[in-house]
Amino acid sequence: MRKSLIVIAFAAVTLTGAGWWITAPQKVDAAVYADLIGVPARGAVVFHAGGCASCHSAEGSSGEAKLILSGGRSFLSDFGTFHAPNISQDSAHGIGGWSVTDLANAMIHGTSPEGRHYYPAFPYAAYRRVAPQDIADLHAYLTTLPADATPDRPHDLAFPFTLRRGLGLWKALYLTDGWKITGELTEVEARGRYLAEALGHCAECHTPRGPLGGLKLERWMAGAPNPSGQGNIPNITPARLDWSAADLVAYFTSGFTPDYDTAGGSMAAVVESLSQLPDTDRAALAAYVKLLPAIE
Amino acid sequence: MFKGMTITGAVLGLAILAGAATGQDAAQKALVDATKARHAQMGLYSFNLGILGAMAKGEVPYDAAAASAAAGNLAALAQLDQTHIWPEGSDELGVDGSRAMAEIWENMPDVMAKNDDLVTAAKAMEGAARTDLASLQAAMGPVGEACGACHKAYRVPSN
Repeated sequence: MRKSLIVIAFAAVTLTGAGWWITAPQKVDAAVYADLIGVPARGAVVFHAGGCASCHSAEGSSGEAKLILSGGRSFLSDFGTFHAPNISQDSAHGIGGWSVTDLANAMIHGTSPEGRHYYPAFPYAAYRRVAPQDIADLHAYLTTLPADATPDRPHDLAFPFTLRRGLGLWKALYLTDGWKITGELTEVEARGRYLAEALGHCAECHTPRGPLGGLKLERWMAGAPNPSGQGNIPNITPARLDWSAADLVAYFTSGFTPDYDTAGGSMAAVVESLSQLPDTDRAALAAYVKLLPAIE
Repeated sequence: MFKGMTITGAVLGLAILAGAATGQDAAQKALVDATKARHAQMGLYSFNLGILGAMAKGEVPYDAAAASAAAGNLAALAQLDQTHIWPEGSDELGVDGSRAMAEIWENMPDVMAKNDDLVTAAKAMEGAARTDLASLQAAMGPVGEACGACHKAYRVPSN
């Protein structure tokens, strides 16, 4: 009941005068990206740290086939089912015609080249912290991947979530800037924070959400119901996770837990991406996890 | 006389029912036993991986002989004949505590291929474990990947 009231209010605000202004899709300052030269090899690290293939490769694909970003995987949510789009180099069905600025608008503001809002199933809530050079590098790397002509499948959503314009209000309410973990960080810890809070978008699953899908920031990484299926995403704060930094690095590398069980569910796909990163990045990510404040 | 026949019939009927129940119990026990045996095999995997993993993480010093023995055990475990340890019906719905998905029995060739991948990774670990620590560390990833490939496809999430 409370949820449906919020939903009605959400739709109403969207369609009224001030709401229309607030909900306008935003764009980056193109000048910031104009002179950047992307390096594909560095972009590969951005790609794997961002876990792009976990969502944008075809369902059931593995190994090299995960670099064919044809889209099509489905993600259940409280608002309906999202279908990941084709982000391969096909210029008709993928993003082959995109400039670095187009990619930046998508990742920083969740805005498409046509100036429409993307749904936040695409984790721009985290990616908005990605550095411009990393976006240029990622763009350069993506252009080295194959084109695929699979057409996008429209999302299956319930009204009023079909009103994309309303996402502007969602963005105004829930997009934040800056870092969640602050204070004196070592260089390694700061790199870990960048990997976790910007590229890795760990909080998208490990932090619970409110009725409209905004993260409950006060419960940072304290676990949440699994958005797409049974079970729970675990609390990874020291209140519930007592793994050493070495345990974490081993997990990110091989998928083995300290009990020598293997990563399960969506985390198995995350490990597939993390295992492609340099050792130093996995160590940095582990250092970040060890920094998290304990939340029961 | 008629009464006597009824009683005899009833006794006979009960005996048949009991026989059927016993047959059912025995069949269920066979599924439970197979599941327990699988879990024991998984336990042996994890014990031997623990020896290798502790060295890989630097928790204990590298010991070529101990690492080599543990890796040999992994390879031997992966090559056990598993024909009778995976009876159909011993899935998550059939046996308490089983996390095996019914899809295993619909995709046996793929399950076998995934086991072959584990044999390959475990044999590579045998070579790596007796070489040096860096080789052992590098071989952990492929072993984890092989274990995880089957768990990802065919194991029910734990919570």
